[in-house]
Amino acid sequence: MLELNAITIRQGDFALSADLNISPGHIVAVLGPSGAGKSTLLAAIAGFTPVETGHIQWQGTDLTGLPPAQRPISILFQDNNLFPHLDARSNVALGLEPSLRLSAKQWTQVDTALERVGLTGLGRRKPAALSGGQNARIALARALLRARPVMLLDEPFGALGPGLKAEMLTLVADLARETGASVLMVSHDPADAQAIADEVIWVDGGIAHSPHNTDEIFSLPPQALSAYMGT
Amino acid sequence: MVSRIFKITRAGLAGGLALTAILCLIAGTMLAVLARADMLRGLGPSDWSAIRFTLLQSTLSALISVCFAIPLARALSRRNFPLRGVLITLMGAPFILPVMVAVLGLLAVFGRSGIINSTLVWVGLEPVSIYGLHGVVLAHVFFNLPLATRLILQGWQEIPGERFRLAASLGFSPRNVSRLLERPMLRSVLPGAFLVVFLVCLTSFAVALTMGGGPRATTIELAIYQAVRLDFDLAKAALLALVQFGLGVSAALLAMRFALPEAGLGAGFDRPERRWEAQRPALRIIDTGLIIFGALFLLLPLSMVVLNGLPGILNLPAEVWIAALRSLAVAMVAVAITLALALSISAFSVLHRRPFAGTLGMLGIAASPLVIGTGLFIIIHPIADPGRYALVVTALVNALMALPFALRALLPALSGAEANFGRLADGLGMKGWARMRHLWLPRLRRPLGFTAGLTAALSMGDLGVVTLFAAPDQATLPLQLYRLMGAYRMEDAAAAGLLLLGLSLTLFWLFDGGGHERA
Repeated sequence: MLELNAITIRQGDFALSADLNISPGHIVAVLGPSGAGKSTLLAAIAGFTPVETGHIQWQGTDLTGLPPAQRPISILFQDNNLFPHLDARSNVALGLEPSLRLSAKQWTQVDTALERVGLTGLGRRKPAALSGGQNARIALARALLRARPVMLLDEPFGALGPGLKAEMLTLVADLARETGASVLMVSHDPADAQAIADEVIWVDGGIAHSPHNTDEIFSLPPQALSAYMGT
Repeated sequence: MVSRIFKITRAGLAGGLALTAILCLIAGTMLAVLARADMLRGLGPSDWSAIRFTLLQSTLSALISVCFAIPLARALSRRNFPLRGVLITLMGAPFILPVMVAVLGLLAVFGRSGIINSTLVWVGLEPVSIYGLHGVVLAHVFFNLPLATRLILQGWQEIPGERFRLAASLGFSPRNVSRLLERPMLRSVLPGAFLVVFLVCLTSFAVALTMGGGPRATTIELAIYQAVRLDFDLAKAALLALVQFGLGVSAALLAMRFALPEAGLGAGFDRPERRWEAQRPALRIIDTGLIIFGALFLLLPLSMVVLNGLPGILNLPAEVWIAALRSLAVAMVAVAITLALALSISAFSVLHRRPFAGTLGMLGIAASPLVIGTGLFIIIHPIADPGRYALVVTALVNALMALPFALRALLPALSGAEANFGRLADGLGMKGWARMRHLWLPRLRRPLGFTAGLTAALSMGDLGVVTLFAAPDQATLPLQLYRLMGAYRMEDAAAAGLLLLGLSLTLFWLFDGGGHERA
């Protein structure tokens, strides 16, 4: 279980607090208006933004002071998830060895991961020679290979069309179910949450609220959420 | 419709005139040089040695500047400390710093009785001489290390922040970051930075004049100056001018094949991206040392100029004050010419969609000021006494030298203003002067102020063509300073240096600040 124990994050005038738990294997959508602090919440969990007070814990161990690479976490950013000068295979391989010196067995793992996300035979192409959806799949293949128990998605599919985005979300849900990973995904679109999320964290007014069951929150939305959805 | 055509014609006319004037000036002086050059005599041994020295000092200066700039830029890119912004701003200052002021400062630190040599003598070691190749290279590194650092720092800053976060989340070591993030960036930035510094050193006359000299440390431009002023051998000067022009054009053509980095004047002010892999104590200590070394290398000579100059500033002889007034007048004329040329060419280029017009305006960067000066000297000499035209020629050549920077600032700003508001202005019927006053000038206030400040400071501090033309009673402030140094009047020279520094920086600050106000 990922626990955020009474954390507060401060950046200049902006402050965000959260006191909530994420159950293993759950897919949780993070919804809220622009500038509410959705990405900040993810950055704090990933270790890019320090928390001012409180603790972040995973299965009882404290993560609060750890550098990003030592946390049980993979993160996909909005963009720049890939190095443009490396081919798809090398970009995925970075998830195993940052030095890119892999054993033959590890390269097989890389190819298996590429196969799993549907990129068989495209490993030698560089990101520029692939479509946006295919680039998102490369990043997912790397996350799959790293096999961290928590996956953070900071709107990595925001630039894709609606059809492609739905496809990617389904892939994320499938991968999460196969590996048992928890997923935290930031979104602007309530439809994303309804498509795959078990629970929703509503972020507004400087507070990230505890996760609510997706069906319940949309059948009886709090006022701010219904205003956000325009209903 | 009629008035719209009229407006376009007016922009076309001004732009056409400006471009014709520049082409005539460059082509005319080149023709004069070509006609006068003594091709049959060929290049003598001393000419060849000047060519060799020019290439050697430019290559060395560029190599050393870039080599030191890489670790310094990396340190600045990954450390946050108080006054970081101030230091990075100061690194832009050598660009508008008069060469003579820098020379004074460097002499005070590295010269015969400077800080370093006094220490060496005190410890019991032999003093080192600053004149000759190492003096020229030292001065060039002083000017270009900050420039190269800013260019490379910009490269670092353009690496998206997410890449460093990605590196942190994948557990990259400093070596991984260097191989996967920094080296690809450096491969694309370094050739351009090297060539920019090389070009600057190729046509830097005042440094060679003061720090070089003698048969072993004479650049081509210095040889031109000596041929005109000492031997009065115009045929030889013209031949050398051709060689210099050929070198400049080749280097510029070579530079065009690479993406030349912008001057990076706004770079580096964002908070540096947090770098997880660089938190090790050893790396922190190395970076701190580098930043302190860089700051001292830049600030120590300048502080010495201020310290040495202060005592004599109130007792400066009248001839220095008069020279200062002359320099001010030259700078103002140069500003007026640059702004008129740059605005006309930009308007022509944007409204008529002729991007080549901007490229033509950049020609001045390939033709060295001294080469154009030689041509003008050859043209004027048979008709009149060149000494009488010293200041006019200086202002004109200064304006031409500043034009590439002016266009680089104004062209994108004007095309931006037209792209955003051009249709709105057309719809409202704003044309001619109304468009100029209410759309262009307000939108261009910042680049215009910057351009004027840059031109004024460059012109104020320039010691180039004026040395070819000036009669004894026609000195500009930098020339007067050079003469005081030649006469070993060091206290007056130090005070004149401080005056020159103050005037150049004040002019830049006034114009550039004027652009920021109400902008």
